[in-house]
Amino acid sequence: MNHAASKNLNLTLKIWRQAGPKQPGGLKTYQVSGISTDMSFLEMLDVLNQQLITSGEEPVAFDHDCREGICGTCGVVINGQAHGPDSGTTTCQLHMRRFKDGDTIVIEPWLAKAFPIVRDLIVDRSAFDRIIQAGGFVSVNTGNAPEANTTLVPHHVQQEAMNAAACIGCGACVASCKNASAMLFVSAKVSHLASLPQGQAERSKRVLNMVATMDAEHFGNCTNTGECEAACPAKIKLTNIAQLNREYMKAALFSKE
Amino acid sequence: MVTVADTPLDGRCPDGNIANRWDQRKRDLKLVAPNNKRKYTVIVVGTGLAGGSAAASLAELGYNVLSFCIQDSPRRAHSIAAQGGINAAKNYQNDGDSVWRLFYDTVKGGEWRARESNVYRLATLSTSIIDQCVAQGVPFAREYGGTLTNRSFGGAQVSRTFYCGGQTGQQLLLGAYQAMMRQVSAGGIKLFTRREMLDLVVVDGIARGIVTRDLVTGKYETFVSDAVVLCTGGYGNAYYLSTMAKTCNVTAAWRCHKRGAYFANPCFTQIHPTCIPVSGDHQSKLTLMSESLRNDGRVWVPKTKGDSRSPDQIPEDERDYYLERRYPSYGNLAPRDVSSRAAKERCDAGFGVGPSGMSVYLDFSKAIKEDGEAVIREKYGNLFHMYERITDENPYKVPMRIYPAVHYTMGGLWVDYNLQSNLPGLYVLGEANFSDHGANRLGASALMQGLADGYFVIPYTVGDHIATRKVKPISADRPEFHEALEAAKSRTAAILNVKGTHSTEHFHRALGKIMWDHVGMARNEKGLLHAIEQIKSLREQFWQDVKVVGSGETLNQNLEHAGRVADFLEFAELLARDALYRDESCGGHFREEHQTEEGECERNDAEFSYVSAWEYQGVGTDSILHKEPLTFVDAPFGVRSYK
Repeated sequence: MNHAASKNLNLTLKIWRQAGPKQPGGLKTYQVSGISTDMSFLEMLDVLNQQLITSGEEPVAFDHDCREGICGTCGVVINGQAHGPDSGTTTCQLHMRRFKDGDTIVIEPWLAKAFPIVRDLIVDRSAFDRIIQAGGFVSVNTGNAPEANTTLVPHHVQQEAMNAAACIGCGACVASCKNASAMLFVSAKVSHLASLPQGQAERSKRVLNMVATMDAEHFGNCTNTGECEAACPAKIKLTNIAQLNREYMKAALFSKE
Repeated sequence: MVTVADTPLDGRCPDGNIANRWDQRKRDLKLVAPNNKRKYTVIVVGTGLAGGSAAASLAELGYNVLSFCIQDSPRRAHSIAAQGGINAAKNYQNDGDSVWRLFYDTVKGGEWRARESNVYRLATLSTSIIDQCVAQGVPFAREYGGTLTNRSFGGAQVSRTFYCGGQTGQQLLLGAYQAMMRQVSAGGIKLFTRREMLDLVVVDGIARGIVTRDLVTGKYETFVSDAVVLCTGGYGNAYYLSTMAKTCNVTAAWRCHKRGAYFANPCFTQIHPTCIPVSGDHQSKLTLMSESLRNDGRVWVPKTKGDSRSPDQIPEDERDYYLERRYPSYGNLAPRDVSSRAAKERCDAGFGVGPSGMSVYLDFSKAIKEDGEAVIREKYGNLFHMYERITDENPYKVPMRIYPAVHYTMGGLWVDYNLQSNLPGLYVLGEANFSDHGANRLGASALMQGLADGYFVIPYTVGDHIATRKVKPISADRPEFHEALEAAKSRTAAILNVKGTHSTEHFHRALGKIMWDHVGMARNEKGLLHAIEQIKSLREQFWQDVKVVGSGETLNQNLEHAGRVADFLEFAELLARDALYRDESCGGHFREEHQTEEGECERNDAEFSYVSAWEYQGVGTDSILHKEPLTFVDAPFGVRSYK
């Protein structure tokens, strides 16, 4: 067994509290004790919330759902890092064995103009839905599809598409970027569909419309610092942004649409 | 005492050759003309595979669709967590698969407790689902030559499972979500996120709308429609610990039940054999390790009781590969209910491993030796990674430890062949209905059912309701809407007014413990009667002692949770009563009184070959049981053996 025996931690938490989008917010300090190193980060927040309910204070609001790293609902900035210190890991999959007894942990929401704060650690990421609405799809009505094996997709092409399609839409790329750019998110969808034969018909229109919507939603520009790739729990590669730029240039210069 | 209705319930299936029944029904269904469709509004609640595919397909047809979800985006519904794959009878492997075989495997897998006509339609539609998803750009795994590849899943001796790494549910859901987003942009779908459905509005016996609460502002709203399509998933979180997402709940389905919709087979719950074991009291949910792992992983425990050696120190001949031993023809791919009970049997007998002795090994060393680590990494890399993050153990080096956990619920609201409940205008799709999996669902069949219902069944059947009933426009000023709105408001107010001493979490965990101990993998009369009393008493305590902080006018997750737990506390009693009344063992429902000498299920076809559909009579009042008889002609009753 290489499993380290679980220990209990006492921690100081500094958590962003904000009652609503228009109210002022600030960091508030809490103490939690007896946190097992086998707990997930969100289970540690569960413990805090039970403590708050007992004392009559409103629990900390945070988004979460599947708690297995795939739904993209959770996400907070932990000591300045989106989703915390582990690479390729969502907040719900971060475990307390990454922390030491006596640590102080600062917990903040995603901070970006395009993601307004709803309450405490919850932000509004509907801008991502609107970017997908602008073209992140293949226009094929139900019932229109040809036999699945009619179009061959070589193994390496499928792998490339799958790696880009793995984006969970959590927004960590935006939260980790000094410009709050959504380029990694947009590029993942553009690359996924541009690499498959099914995505060819709308290839130019898709990239132009998605980028236009991204800009209209007040996301910043990309300056290739790569923080997004480092923070991404789905390990979406920066090379997708290079592909997005190529797709955009090609469409902007040569598209007849 | 259970009151049984005199008239048997009719599933309204077409007659004749089973292979032609769906075509026959499509001929009989009335149509709504293209330019008339835009005059009709359809509410779709939930945006998982069933709800997402239904909303997109109905909007493409021209209906005005109002789509609701409790998450912040439709892309987050729990279908996204499905890992292993989706079945389809394509027979690309030339290994003897066919629509009939998928149909037969599904009926047998469900222990002859599903409706034959529905299952046959599901198997038929399975192939179109793959076509549709590929056309949307779903990146299914491929062979080097570019054709689609398959893997095997439990309960089948053919390879018919299509997959996208370990993220099949995610990719299928994103396909449906993207189709939805296209319709949002085209104006066919109006999207309402962070909205919870709190009631169904029934006018003159027909479902005509819903009541919702805006989870951000706390505002209550009513929505009027010509049909309501409920796609709100399963009720596994009644057990507190399950593999389901934290917000999965029974509220929408339960409120429909309280408005008259029958609830069918609630005791058919699936305990999945391969989940990461519980590590402590803090545990908030359990994580599934895909069944696909059993393609290459071998399940074992030591042959000696209480053997505390580390697994690599236990020689081959001192290991008990109990699934291979008990079920030689299916081995590690025995179906879920069978594998779960086998794990429980070994652990209860003292052969379990790990700190608590409540887990078994899932070992990849043979596959890694034979195929190399790279091949295993490509197939399961993300699952191995997830296992290591949670347990701090490297499964490439040390066998995984697994134990069964609540995973899926086969029961749900009763629907007829058209997926319409007994309340006209209310359709129920996906996991929220009861129709296709009988007493046990086979792996990779939930995705298939959700998408078959949403892409290929509801677009035909909802039009028939609108065309035949000639539903008339109504306004939300009607008293039925006001009454439902006030009922929802006052229930929330009542919860806030208790001002007790224990949190919602406390009650939810307590309920989960009752359910797992007495209504879990093994059930008996004494335990069920005890559970019913305990649930009743816990429900009373909840309404006297729950403490919910904050108000109803803001985002308040604590309040949302309390509302859902209040419904679970009512629903759980029905689940236990159904388990008590079904005095036989079948699939996921194992009554200890009815087992063979080898510990397998002993079914009672003569007395229990029917769907139990319960009609609500009030909280704490016994429900009326409606029986829909099940007959099996094309897949005649047999012994469900995987030996």
